Amino acid sequence: MTEPGRISRRPLPDRAGLTDPAPTTYDVVIGLEVHAQLLTRSKMFCGCPTTFGAAPNSQTCPVCQGMPGVLPVVNRKAVELAIRTALAFGCRVNPACRFARKHYYYPDMPKNYQISQYEEPLAEDGHLEIDIDGAPRTIGIQRLHLEEDVGKLVHEGSLETAQASLVDFNRSGVPLMETVSKPDLRSPEEAATYLKAFRSVLLFLGVCDGNMEEGSLRCDANVSLRPRGSTTLGTKVEIKNLNSFRNVQRALEFEVRRQAQALDAGERIRQETRLWDADRGYTRSMRSKEYAHDYRYFPEPDLVPLRIDPRWVDEIRAGLPELPRARRQRFVAQYGLPAYDADVLTQSRALGDYYEAVLREPAASAGADRPKIVSNWVMSELLRVLPGDDERAIETSPIPPHHLAGLLRLIDDGTISGRIAKDVFQKMFDSREDAPTIVGREGLTQVADATALGGIVDSVMAANPKAIEDFRRGKTAAKKSLFGQVMKATGGKANPMLVDRLLEDKLSKIQR
Amino acid sequence: MIDRNDVEHVARLTRLALTEEELERMREQLNSILAHLDTLRGVDTEGVEPTSHAVDIVNVMREDVVEPCLPQEAMLANAPDRSGELFRVPRIIEE
Repeated sequence: MTEPGRISRRPLPDRAGLTDPAPTTYDVVIGLEVHAQLLTRSKMFCGCPTTFGAAPNSQTCPVCQGMPGVLPVVNRKAVELAIRTALAFGCRVNPACRFARKHYYYPDMPKNYQISQYEEPLAEDGHLEIDIDGAPRTIGIQRLHLEEDVGKLVHEGSLETAQASLVDFNRSGVPLMETVSKPDLRSPEEAATYLKAFRSVLLFLGVCDGNMEEGSLRCDANVSLRPRGSTTLGTKVEIKNLNSFRNVQRALEFEVRRQAQALDAGERIRQETRLWDADRGYTRSMRSKEYAHDYRYFPEPDLVPLRIDPRWVDEIRAGLPELPRARRQRFVAQYGLPAYDADVLTQSRALGDYYEAVLREPAASAGADRPKIVSNWVMSELLRVLPGDDERAIETSPIPPHHLAGLLRLIDDGTISGRIAKDVFQKMFDSREDAPTIVGREGLTQVADATALGGIVDSVMAANPKAIEDFRRGKTAAKKSLFGQVMKATGGKANPMLVDRLLEDKLSKIQR
Repeated sequence: MIDRNDVEHVARLTRLALTEEELERMREQLNSILAHLDTLRGVDTEGVEPTSHAVDIVNVMREDVVEPCLPQEAMLANAPDRSGELFRVPRIIEE
């Protein structure tokens, strides 16, 4: 990983050949704007459904299509979910707030203005604690407000060569919560860590499904450089289209290098919006005139102001769940898990719930290492086969917690070996059956019958006179080879401890 | 006072192509609206809370309930141009 603020100056493709005459060390200043679609059934200002993936333009009405003469009405649930999030980030929920029109022309927005919040946002001044290399960092949250999403544009061909654009307005009017961080992030890695932590808070709160691929969670970044130690902010560049944690980090790494090279060369950074091209791995300027940011906000006359009742806020606060950071700390303290495990298991509320549900199931033996064993199975096996770690992936898991616990019991009581258990796990995932059913039907029970196994050990020994001879001459490795042969002869089903003991017994009787 | 540059700026923002004559007419009209605001400014508002709304009501909200949409065909029927189920719009020019 790179130390915050340290910039590598590997030449970039579009600036190849550039030399750095006076290397300067820069501090990196990053702020993130995160847009999250709220988990409501209906849109922000009308009753159209918010389901993803419906036929284009099948989920619209005159309100979200911006027809003249319609009246938007605020979705109470969207306000509730935004307050819930604001409280989780320790924001001050403003006693009064209102909506504003943000004007700009773009074909994804039929009204030519977006209903958003400007001077009086829903909430302000919060923070999110993140861990950078085990050390806590507090990242400030400037504001959190509600707005409506816009439609989706598809370009015929690429953006540069398109003759026309195609518009699907299904997304238009979906409740969107924008959260703006303070410029407290000091490296691309910190930015990615912040976004991860942010996403898991939303998942814990159940306010957003966090699906970055489907665009339920989107991120823009503001980044600037300043000479190390300086306190004045440099000119910031906004980067759009950051649709994964990896892309946030990659795009910012590129942009930091680009700006460092420009500054080293004595150039000025232009305040602009740049688009991240994930395929080609660079940011490029979105050509737009300076007046593009002249949004002419004014209070939305179609909506009356909101006065947030403090009792409502208290009620929402009382219903807040345990948040990721608290749960992570509890997993370490209560179960003795390594920090890494606790981190992975608390990325979503569903995953942590799953883990604890497995632990609550009866075990064959209550070993102190059980939490770690379960953690290993969840992290390396379950997350390997599931499509994600979010609510949907966990809740539709073909292996429910009690099935995984059942599998672990079969290992603990010696019915199957750990190796066979991995195969059984895959079969459980494919068939949705529980472990005893699969083990019983496929005869995977490990051979733990000393008489039966003794016969197999005898025949393996008889078939391998050379190994016996080697053993007699003091080559202890010969025992390992015999062990392997026995396991092979039983198709991996032999109880390894028993095989070891039987071999030890029988070999000790051979005269050395 | 609003000058020609202001009118041109606002016209550009709202994607309006105004003729010389229209520019001048808009300038005059906008200035007379502003003059009226000056008249309003004369009203004594000492001790009156600023408001963004003429009606003194707050918290008009709806429950999160799905209602029927307009049929897709009805919605697309007004489109000047379409491609299948999608609205088709001229390419975005960012100069």
